[in-house]
Amino acid sequence: MPAAETEANPTQQPERRGPVVVFDKVSIGFEDKPVLKDISFSVERAQTLIILGPAGTGKSVLLKLANGLLKPDSGKITVFGEDVTAMPEQRLYKLRARIGMVFQESALFDSMPVSDNVAYRLHEEHVPEAEAHAAVVEVLDFVELGHAIDKYPSELSGGMRRRVSIARAIINKPDLILYDSPTGGLDPITSTTIVDLVIKQRDVSLTTSLLVTHRLQDAFTLATHRFNTAQGKVEKIPNGGIDDRTQFLVLNEGRVVFHGSTLELVRTTDPWLKEYIS
Amino acid sequence: MPFGTLDSFAKTKIGAIQDYSQLAGRAVLNMFSRPRYWADIFTQMDSIGIGSVPIIILTGFFTGCVLALQSETALQQFGAVSKTGSLVSLSMVKELGPVLTALMFSGRNAAGIASEIGSMRVTEQIDAMRALGTDPTRKLVTPRLVATIFMIFFLTIIADAVGIAGGAMVRVGLLGLKLSPYLHSSYTTLAYGNVVEGLTKPIFSGFIIATVGCYFGMNTKGGTQGVGRATTQAVVFSSVFIIVVDFLVSRLMISIFGS
Repeated sequence: MPAAETEANPTQQPERRGPVVVFDKVSIGFEDKPVLKDISFSVERAQTLIILGPAGTGKSVLLKLANGLLKPDSGKITVFGEDVTAMPEQRLYKLRARIGMVFQESALFDSMPVSDNVAYRLHEEHVPEAEAHAAVVEVLDFVELGHAIDKYPSELSGGMRRRVSIARAIINKPDLILYDSPTGGLDPITSTTIVDLVIKQRDVSLTTSLLVTHRLQDAFTLATHRFNTAQGKVEKIPNGGIDDRTQFLVLNEGRVVFHGSTLELVRTTDPWLKEYIS
Repeated sequence: MPFGTLDSFAKTKIGAIQDYSQLAGRAVLNMFSRPRYWADIFTQMDSIGIGSVPIIILTGFFTGCVLALQSETALQQFGAVSKTGSLVSLSMVKELGPVLTALMFSGRNAAGIASEIGSMRVTEQIDAMRALGTDPTRKLVTPRLVATIFMIFFLTIIADAVGIAGGAMVRVGLLGLKLSPYLHSSYTTLAYGNVVEGLTKPIFSGFIIATVGCYFGMNTKGGTQGVGRATTQAVVFSSVFIIVVDFLVSRLMISIFGS
C-alpha cells in the first residue's frame, strides 16, 4: 500500500500486521470489587477465541471491554491496532462499524420488526432501501429465518431471537465478531443450531471472533467441526481433527488461568482446570 | 452518619448532578449537528404530545371551571363579580395553565420516557445501539427533548384556552351570568408580560421533563424493579423541579415586567 494511502486511512493498516485484539494487563472493577485482574492475551486474524469460566467471572465484561462499551480501570486494549481505552466515544462509533456483537439476551430492539432490527446498521449508514432489503433477505436466509422478516421480537422464540441477533451482527460483514453466550438459556437442539451458525460464519467468512460460553460441549463442537461448503452443512473434522484457528481462554476469579489450543486444554495438568473441563 | 458514608453520599450526589448536566448538555448540542433523527422526533411528538391532548384538555377545562366557581362566590362579597374573567385568565395564563399542564405532562411522559429507556437499558438495547455505532443520546434523548419542549408549549396554550372556556361555561351555565363581561375582562386584563411569562414556563418544564426522564431511564439498574424505581424517581424529581423552576421564572419575569 502506498505511504500516502496509509496515512489517509490509518485504521486499515495495523490489522494486517498484528493481532486483531490485544489485551495488555487489563483490570476493571465495579463498586470497589475487582472483576478482571491483569488480563493479557491476543487474538490473531481469522482466529476464534473461546472464553470459558464459571459464572460471574467477568467473561461478558471482557467482551464489552473489547468493544469499548466499558473502559478498564487500568491496562490497554488494542482492536485493529487502535487503542480503544483512550479513544473518545465518537471515534469508537466508527471503529464499531467493523465489529459485530451478539448479546447474551439478544438485545433486539423490541419496537422494531426483524427486518428493521437486522437492517439497523444499514439504515444508520443511509444505505438505499432496496439494497438494505436485499442484504436483510440474504442474511436472514443465512440464519434460516427468511420467513420471520416481518415479525416482531416478542413473536419469536429464544433461539430465533438469537439467530436474528447473529444476522444483525454479520449484515455488514464485520472483521471481528463478539459472541456473548450465544447459546445461553437455550435448549440443546436450539443450541446446536446456533453453534452450527457460528461455525458456518467462521468458515465461510474467516472472521476473527471472540465467543463466551458456559457450555463446554459447544466449545468443543466449535473446535472439532467445520462447515462443508459443498454439502452446505456442518460436519465433524475427519480423523479426529481439530480446527487449529480455535483457541481457548479460561477465566477464574477474574484472572486468566489458561490460554492455548484445544489440545493443550484437554491435556492440562492443572487440577482446577481438569475438574472444570471434566 | 459516619464521615466515610457522608463522603461517599456527597460524591454520589455530585456525580449524579454531573452526569445529568452532561446528558442534558449533549442532548442540546446534538440539535446543532448531524445526524438528526427527524422520524424519531415526529414519532415522539405524536406519542408524547398528541397522546397528552385529552388529559391536558380535561385538566385545563376543570381547573378553569373550579376557579370560576370558587372566585365567583368570593368576589360576590366585594361586589366584584365582573372581575371573575380577569382572575380566571390571569391565573390560567400566568400560573395554573403552565404548571398544571407541566405536572400532568410530567406524570404521563417523564414516567413513559424513563420506563421506555430504562427497559432498553436493562435489556442491553442501549449497549446494542452503541455497539451498532449509534449515539444513544442523539437517537433517544435529543428527539424526546425537542418533541417535549415543542409540544408542551402548544399544549399549554390549549390548556389556557380551555381553562378560560371552562370558566365561561360555569359562569353562564351554572351561575346564570352574562358571558360578555367575563370575556371582556379576561381579554383586557392580560398584558404582554403575562403572556410571555405563561409561555416561557413550558419551555423550562419541557426541558426538565425530557432530561430528567431520560436521565433516570439511561441510569436504570436492577431489572424490572429498577425500571419501576427509575419511573417513580423521574416523576417525583421532574415534578419538584417544575415547581422550583416555576418560582424562579416567576421571580425573573416580575423583575423584568413588573407585576
